[in-house]
Amino acid sequence: MTLYILRRLGLAVITLLVLSVIIFLAGQVVPGDPGRAILGPFASQSAVAALDHQLGADRPLITQYWSWISGAVHGDLGISYQYRTPVRPMLASALVNSAKLALFALILIIPLGILGGVIAALNAGRPVDRMISLTGLSAATVPEFVSGIVVIVIFADGLKLLPSSANAGPGATFPTQLRYLILPVIPLVFEFFGYIARMARAGTIEALESDYARTATLKGLPRRTVIFRHVLRNSLLPTIAVVATQIGYLIGGLVVVETLFTYHGVGLLIYNAAQQKDFPMLEAGVLTIGVIYLLATLLADLLSVWLNPRLRTGVTG
Amino acid sequence: MTTEIMVAPVTDAAAADLPSWRLVLRRPAFIAGLVILLFWIVCALFGASFAPHSAYEQSLLATNQAPSSAHWFGTDQLGRDVFSRVLVGARSILLVAPLATLLGTVLGTALGLALGYLGGAVDAIVGRLVEAVLAVPAVIVAFLFIVAIGPSTLTEILVIGFIFTPLIARTVRSAVQVESHLDYLPAARLLGESRRRIMFAEILPNVMPTVLVEFTVRLGYAIFTVATLAFLGFGVDPSTPSWGSDIYANYGVIGAGYWWETLFPALAIASLIVAINLATDSIEKVLAG
Repeated sequence: MTLYILRRLGLAVITLLVLSVIIFLAGQVVPGDPGRAILGPFASQSAVAALDHQLGADRPLITQYWSWISGAVHGDLGISYQYRTPVRPMLASALVNSAKLALFALILIIPLGILGGVIAALNAGRPVDRMISLTGLSAATVPEFVSGIVVIVIFADGLKLLPSSANAGPGATFPTQLRYLILPVIPLVFEFFGYIARMARAGTIEALESDYARTATLKGLPRRTVIFRHVLRNSLLPTIAVVATQIGYLIGGLVVVETLFTYHGVGLLIYNAAQQKDFPMLEAGVLTIGVIYLLATLLADLLSVWLNPRLRTGVTG
Repeated sequence: MTTEIMVAPVTDAAAADLPSWRLVLRRPAFIAGLVILLFWIVCALFGASFAPHSAYEQSLLATNQAPSSAHWFGTDQLGRDVFSRVLVGARSILLVAPLATLLGTVLGTALGLALGYLGGAVDAIVGRLVEAVLAVPAVIVAFLFIVAIGPSTLTEILVIGFIFTPLIARTVRSAVQVESHLDYLPAARLLGESRRRIMFAEILPNVMPTVLVEFTVRLGYAIFTVATLAFLGFGVDPSTPSWGSDIYANYGVIGAGYWWETLFPALAIASLIVAINLATDSIEKVLAG
């Protein structure tokens, strides 16, 4: 088990290094001259060269990469081009906001997805099953901004029930904050409902067809007991572990949803940084998302090994 | 890679054969998807010739008009006819998404064949690369590179194509590894066929169903990605009609009550994606037997 964890951790670190090189290439090599990018096309060449020197952009690439990545490891994410302040505190407060939105979304997605999947599995092959699968698939592939606009048009503009912006303003009470987050959360729920439902459906069908479910039925247990005591217990734990791997994609959805609803989270921060060509902010944001995704996947892997005794003994031996 | 010879399992021969296309055509979901898709393809090709108004012509005296008999979907902030822009706007997304998917599929299939058949160190290295690309959502990787390189239609096709390459390679690789346990490969090696011939003439035809399904699934994702990039303002040219860019340009005025300027392009995107899903779902069901 320890060996397995170490191996997984090692692979995650290598993946993270590869990712950091890709981000560094996109953020610092491809765009060319950062001094020119900041000062604009009309600045004099000597001013650009001076700024490049000050930013360290005239050093060899390896040195630049090393100082960027070693800084990042020590928590120094550089200075934002657009705000001229350190990236880290801004990124940290944006992460807190995103975490609130993501948590709210997960609290809704997990039970709804599992419920949909279990209902589909219990009706496998019938129209209800096909409807849930196809709705889930379509909802998952319709971009978040499309479903976001539809809910804004209906609930904010048409019925005037809910605000179309996600910002409750400073000092808002918890229920008010929650009210402002209802519309932004809907596109995220759409996006992930289908995936979770499909996982729950597959797990439940497998458990329904298992020998122990048949034994339970044959020994005369009521169907309800078979499903709740024997089937769901076995089918849902792996599904919950799978949910963790989706955290990264949830963050991808946040970029769009936060932009549409002008919510000050990490998605909007990255988006603004990209629009302003604020590469230090952009790189730090993308790297952070990568770290979160890798941690979530690692956690999911460990969780599913821990939940499944067969895998647990398998990896030790 | 194992050279041990195993008895080939009976694979469903129908999967790769032509008659399966008739099975696909018998599914109502597939027909519905195909009809919607064809409608948008016709719009992409000839939309400008049958649209009731010009998609470009501005009319500053008739801005933000609600839907009416003259303008079915209303007019936008510059007084352009939204219905005409929705029809003509099919072109940009139906140009970029399929080309990017095709690029990704061709490169990904070649890479997947090489990884699956040759294995070894390259396989391990590319495996890490795939993991790294997967760690960040495709839209974010795409705009990171588009911002760095500068937006253009070609950039968009190349960036999305390259992002899809490792993902498709991974799927093809696992399909190839299944094939490499079958009898016909040692037979081909004994006949002295070259590696390239074995990969492209022996294995490729057998993994074609996987490649086909992967193409249709990725096409849906490509449309998703292109539309999202346009919505985020990383589209190509703001005056060219494009569903995502039109939403980007007009979503700020939803609050003022001008919902038609964004809702109709949004529904167009949704209909295209649902159409592709209906078709993909049917193809997958038939290939799965």
